[in-house]
Amino acid sequence: MRKTRSKTLAAVACAGVLALASACGTSSGGSDGGTKADADQGGFTAPDVPMQESIGDPEGQVNILAWPGYAEDGSTDKSIDWVTPFEKESGCQANVKYFDTSDQAVQLMKTGEYDVVSASGDATLRLIAGGDVAPVNTDLLTNYADIAPFLKDQKFNSVDGQMYGVPHGWGANLLMYNKDVVKPAPTSWGAVFDDASTYAGKVTAYDSPIYIADAALYLMATQPDLGIEDPYALDQDQLAAAVDLLKAQKGNVSEYWSNYLKEVAAFKSGDSVIGTTWQVIASTIGDSVAAVLPEEGSTGWSDTWMISSEAKNPNCGYLWMDYITSPEAQAQVAEYFGEAPANTKACDLTTDTSFCDTYHAEDSDFASQIHYWTTPISQCLDGRTDTECTDYGDWTTAWTEIKG
Amino acid sequence: MAQTKTLSRGLRGTLGAFTAVVLVFIYVPLLLVLLNSFNTDNTFGWPPPGLTLHWWKVAWESQGARDALWTSVKVACAATVVALLLGTLAAMALRRTRFFGRNVVSLLIILPIALPGIVTGLAFQNEFSTILGIGLSLWTVIIAHATFCIVTVFNNVQARFQRLGTSFEQASMDLGAGRWTTYRLVTFPMLRSALLAGALLSFGLSFDEIVVTTFTASPHDQTLPLWILNNLFRPNQAPVVNVVAAVLVVLSAVPIYLAQRLSGSQAEAINIP
Amino acid sequence: MLDRRPGLRVGLLLTPPMLWLGVAYLGALAALLVTSLWTQDDFTGNIERIWTLDNFRQLFTVDVYRTITLRTIGIAALVTVVDAVLAFPIALYMAKVASPRTQRLLVIAVLTPLWASYLVKAYAWRGMLSADGPIAWIANPFGLDTPGYGLPAVIITLSYLWLPYMILPVYAGLERVPDSLLEASSDLGGGSWTTIRRVVLPMAFPALVAGSIFTFSLSLGDYITVQIVGGTSQLLGNVVYDNQGAANNLPFAAAVATVPIVVMVVYLALARRVGALEDL
Repeated sequence: MRKTRSKTLAAVACAGVLALASACGTSSGGSDGGTKADADQGGFTAPDVPMQESIGDPEGQVNILAWPGYAEDGSTDKSIDWVTPFEKESGCQANVKYFDTSDQAVQLMKTGEYDVVSASGDATLRLIAGGDVAPVNTDLLTNYADIAPFLKDQKFNSVDGQMYGVPHGWGANLLMYNKDVVKPAPTSWGAVFDDASTYAGKVTAYDSPIYIADAALYLMATQPDLGIEDPYALDQDQLAAAVDLLKAQKGNVSEYWSNYLKEVAAFKSGDSVIGTTWQVIASTIGDSVAAVLPEEGSTGWSDTWMISSEAKNPNCGYLWMDYITSPEAQAQVAEYFGEAPANTKACDLTTDTSFCDTYHAEDSDFASQIHYWTTPISQCLDGRTDTECTDYGDWTTAWTEIKG
Repeated sequence: MAQTKTLSRGLRGTLGAFTAVVLVFIYVPLLLVLLNSFNTDNTFGWPPPGLTLHWWKVAWESQGARDALWTSVKVACAATVVALLLGTLAAMALRRTRFFGRNVVSLLIILPIALPGIVTGLAFQNEFSTILGIGLSLWTVIIAHATFCIVTVFNNVQARFQRLGTSFEQASMDLGAGRWTTYRLVTFPMLRSALLAGALLSFGLSFDEIVVTTFTASPHDQTLPLWILNNLFRPNQAPVVNVVAAVLVVLSAVPIYLAQRLSGSQAEAINIP
Repeated sequence: MLDRRPGLRVGLLLTPPMLWLGVAYLGALAALLVTSLWTQDDFTGNIERIWTLDNFRQLFTVDVYRTITLRTIGIAALVTVVDAVLAFPIALYMAKVASPRTQRLLVIAVLTPLWASYLVKAYAWRGMLSADGPIAWIANPFGLDTPGYGLPAVIITLSYLWLPYMILPVYAGLERVPDSLLEASSDLGGGSWTTIRRVVLPMAFPALVAGSIFTFSLSLGDYITVQIVGGTSQLLGNVVYDNQGAANNLPFAAAVATVPIVVMVVYLALARRVGALEDL
């Protein structure tokens, strides 16, 4: 499954951790991806979990917990297989389990049965604060040096300069349009909000409460009076404004999409002509559409490989993390899954030579405009303490009301 | 049974024509599925830009599809065995007796299938995970499936009892056979085809169930419908799903045909819950 | 001894199924109800066992939930009517007109689609209804168009998916109507239509109600078809699913799930009155 709705949605439980983190937060130093959820996590003390000093003899197996598509072993499609080469190379038999939501991933990691996990931005801090994952000794990973610098030492994958994982891949929620129908080419999210009536009945939007953040992002740029600082930290009034915007949009929406197949088919057939998308969808459809990063920036995701604090096979776990961030594996995963590889050396190995350009894998300016998905909680993520923000439950209710 | 002459020729013709139209309505989408399994366009563009056997080859080689098929067969078999046991017991209990709770019992048996799957699924998930604190597994799926499958066996067996009465068994007992001998030599053979019909329906019901399964399966148990759901969201996998569906349709004719052959009455063989 | 103590016999036979259904299933439903009276800590996302009616208060006071409930019941009713209208003639043909051989083939023809995956069939309808799909392709030359994605598409797709569940009980019910009864009606001067209206329909009514339990209940809980062909619309099932799977708010999802339970219990009670449960 791609980034299906459940993945982006099931973020709620990290609420507690984030709230704690920001409650005791002191200010943290700026980072290149500074537009992310601006929770102050600088003063966040992670449990004292020892970091591995060296990689010993492989244990013979490793238990991997992954998003579908991140660790393909050929069982779905014989030609899609980068797990078997790892097994041959490392001598570690890989037992891959897939999960559907970040919640599931966190629950499963708590069992201690898994050595490594591909965690999204809505699960990483929960795992760190819960003591479920260990700091990662990046010196042991030969490929770490090649990871795009703008993905390192981010708020969702590190604490006080200590990395808790290896960046795996990332992507943005872009604005896609049908080039034959939508003229002139849009440069703003306004095309699907204030000007949506131009393409009434042909607009599409992502089917999830998290899409409210897209509306908030647009309001952040167009209605400064609302005082939105972070699209994931909305108080009652700000949420109401975003809801109004989305309710107005709904009249022009053909359908809400939640998976890859649905949107590709809708744009190919002409049922939809403009709306949010992932690059992989735009690439699949081909030349009839274009996907752009609008001037307001966008929402997006970023995933990280982490190692369990109770890993029974830590050596094989490290070998896996190193392998899966190698240029060869990264090129395969990125092309199969359809996201930017974290290891930019993968760019020379993709079968489509322009893949990394298309996905902006080396473009730090592009990355800096993405507000990565995170879970809205009642403790405002933008650092406000004088008001209470709306949490994901409120967003879910609001989303139900928007759809009516 | 069929071919009543009391309906006018015109009416019979109209009914026949109507039946033909409905059959077209039923089969056109299935033909589209079959056609799309050859479609070169992996998101089923219409009309198909070209035809290919590629997806059939991929499906044939897909270990995931085979594993999921096997999981589904295991779940459906286990659920059917439980349903056979419990459904027969319940039908036998209600056979000759009219007691106060009779209606309550039959309502209880119908309830799991009459309530929407999302309610049943959510209820079981809540019971297993939140209340009992046991993890989800293939067993939780089997328990949930068996619950809504009981009704298929119950209905078929009950209908058979109603049709046959009790005279054979009484004769057997009168001739000196014991209870168990009577059951083994008279009752069971009488029920055999009804049990088979019930079992087939139960198997089919469990085999294509997705909603209850979604809620009660653990992340690593993948039944065929869940595999299909996952693969519809993977790039380039949707046509493979069409191949699997097309194969299933063709294969399904076999058990249905068998059920018909082995059952005395046409209608009873398909006594859907 | 068992013969002299029928009560004991019934009790022994009933114990295993009643334990299973009564404990495992009713227990699960009861637990669901209990959970709906708890609350979720929005700080940690954990369920807190504090008794509250807040979930139900929200369910009844926020307008959108009432709208969705009514829409869902309406859709389920429409799907049921469409299926009944389609199923009755075909079931009548199967039971009273077709030769035994044709009858056998028709039963197979009706049952076979049940085995094609639900999801695959729903996506097939998505393809059929697309602006660029076969329906538009055929209809456009006549100045017509596909209904597109939305509630009409949901009704069409659900009717399609559940049609066999209506045809089969009605067919079984009609088969039980003795031919002699039809002949009697005809001998008494009743024309075909009169016979159908005055004799066949009343006798088939319980079977129609029995079939409707499935079409109605299956539609009532559906959330997948709506996502595939429903455009921007949502039904009760989506609210349950969104709150459980996505927002992880099990207590509220449980509260929403009590709505279809109440609706179905009322429906079953009504069905029992017309004797349809015997026909299930």
